[in-house]
Amino acid sequence: MTAPPGEMMVESVAAPAVVQPEGRSLWRSGWIRLRRDKPAMISGVFLILLALIAIFAPVMVSLLGHPPNEPHYDLLDPNTAAPRGRFGGMSWHYLLGVEPVNGRDIFSRTVYGARVSLLVALLATATAVIIGTVLGMLAGYLGGLWDTIIARLMDLLLSVPSVLFAIAIVAVIPNKAFGLSGSGLRIGVLVFVIGIFAWPYIGRIVRGQVLSLREREFIEASRSLGAGTFTVMFRELLPNVAAPVLVYATLLIPTNILNEAALSYLGVGVRPPTASWGDSLAVASHGWYSIEPIFMLAPGLAIFATVLAFNLLGDGLRDAFDPRGGR
Amino acid sequence: MARFILGRLIGGIVILWLVSVLAFVLFFVVPKALGNNPAVLFAGRSPDPATIAGVTRKLGLDRSYVDQYWDFLRGVFVGRHFDSGSDRSWCPAPCLGYSFRNDQPVWSEIVDALPVTASLSIGAAVLFLVVGVSTGVISAVRRGGLFDRIAAAVSLAGVSLPVYFTGLLLLLLVSYKWHIIDNVHYVDFTHNPALWAWNLIPAWLVLSLLYTANYQRLTRASMIETLGEDYVRTARAKGLRERTVIGKHALRPALTPIVTIFGLDLGVLFGGAILTEHTFGFRGLGAISIDAVNTQDLPVTMGVTLFAAFFIILANVLVDVTYAFIDPRVRPS
Repeated sequence: MTAPPGEMMVESVAAPAVVQPEGRSLWRSGWIRLRRDKPAMISGVFLILLALIAIFAPVMVSLLGHPPNEPHYDLLDPNTAAPRGRFGGMSWHYLLGVEPVNGRDIFSRTVYGARVSLLVALLATATAVIIGTVLGMLAGYLGGLWDTIIARLMDLLLSVPSVLFAIAIVAVIPNKAFGLSGSGLRIGVLVFVIGIFAWPYIGRIVRGQVLSLREREFIEASRSLGAGTFTVMFRELLPNVAAPVLVYATLLIPTNILNEAALSYLGVGVRPPTASWGDSLAVASHGWYSIEPIFMLAPGLAIFATVLAFNLLGDGLRDAFDPRGGR
Repeated sequence: MARFILGRLIGGIVILWLVSVLAFVLFFVVPKALGNNPAVLFAGRSPDPATIAGVTRKLGLDRSYVDQYWDFLRGVFVGRHFDSGSDRSWCPAPCLGYSFRNDQPVWSEIVDALPVTASLSIGAAVLFLVVGVSTGVISAVRRGGLFDRIAAAVSLAGVSLPVYFTGLLLLLLVSYKWHIIDNVHYVDFTHNPALWAWNLIPAWLVLSLLYTANYQRLTRASMIETLGEDYVRTARAKGLRERTVIGKHALRPALTPIVTIFGLDLGVLFGGAILTEHTFGFRGLGAISIDAVNTQDLPVTMGVTLFAAFFIILANVLVDVTYAFIDPRVRPS
């Protein structure tokens, strides 16, 4: 389908005068819209920085703090077990002060907490996206009994109190399972528990999209050319649901961050001494926050800023890629 | 109508049955498959071999899963005996489990803890529905105005703040800095209704903040949609007062999706209530379930989980049925 050389010449000569309307893909036009959304862009930059902090936590901490599990009893008042000095013993050496009872560096624990929080939330979201997309496509495309079963399952999972089930699941899993133990196992369990209750959010969106897509001509064309169910689902439907899945996955991450922190706060999440924001809040909640609010403010504001940034980015993505999808 | 309600009820029963199977698998099959002895989990903290053997006999853990499930299910309806030969205990219906550690049916613990969680959830629900819907309506009517923009910012912050952080923050201010309510604790409603409400106010505020934000956004979006409908224009053209147009013609249809979402949110509200009561140190259902995890008293965790799941599913069926009365369109002809 190459054009004859003569015509090419003519076109290249005329090119400076005629502005060719550029065909923009969905992704490209979405990106252009997103770039104009200031809060979303600032949030995106913040989240990239946060991810870098989480990845390079050991470097950050060796430069600006102390190992997260290292006790500093010399900084504590031996009578009250609270840090000496104001603001939790804040100083140039201990940027956010130290924890009560064992004097661990709050700055280091907050930085390391970002690792657990982001790791669990991202893996749980990935789990939810995979299960939700596959089952949502199956329900929407196959319809009938498949649809009834999957839709009912989604209703069920969305209506039961996931926190209570999460507590129960943690209670029945032994200290060693699936070849994992310690915090590795706990992180795995958290990802599973949060992901298994989160996939219906994605599943519902995908099912709804597929229900309207499957009546379109290109699906019919693909089927009449002999494409099987599998091919239609993954070659034709999947690229078309990718944008809304991306949007709602971004909006699911903050929910998952809150869930991870909640479970760790309740004492059924990441096991101490592994640093996590929820656990830091639990430490603060044992009466210490009333003595020194920094114990609670450091992890609390870390959760707030991260969740807010993901929400702003998610809202921005939704406006950019799915302009009519907003509630 | 009757057929619709009957269908919903049957659907609810099927789901309840599914949940009971799921719970049985979770508490009896999964631990065993992962190499945990269920008898040890059910017996309580570090039991001796005789206790483990006793619990194994009592729960019939040496029998087939089908038999075990049947006993488990029957217990819920007619109660069951836990008999190890030497020791016999009776768990009356609804038997959601028996704490061998405390030697009492889990049901009595649930009954003690329920008023706390219920007070918290119901109070918060009233608060967030009233505040969320009314601010949502104002935002929709004065779209793009100052109120709308402030409400949007507040609700964005509201959905990003965890209850266990705002709870501690509020306690710090109200209890430790300003001494408005010293020593926040749960007071039984029958004991003193005024103190009951007074002590619950901070918890209600914290728990409702998150949902107020959600319902504000939801009502706003729903109202904007109905305000654009032709019948609203007709109502205005008839010369009806703006209050009537908004309150009657626009708001009523806008509320129907909110009722559905509220039904779906009950489980999430329950989860929020658990976190809130933990933060405020109230002994509700969440507290007894978490304590049971820490003291390794699995029957209590199981009982609370089952109870909550049953309750939420029943509430959902109820919401569906109520919905049929509110909105004639749901009734399939």
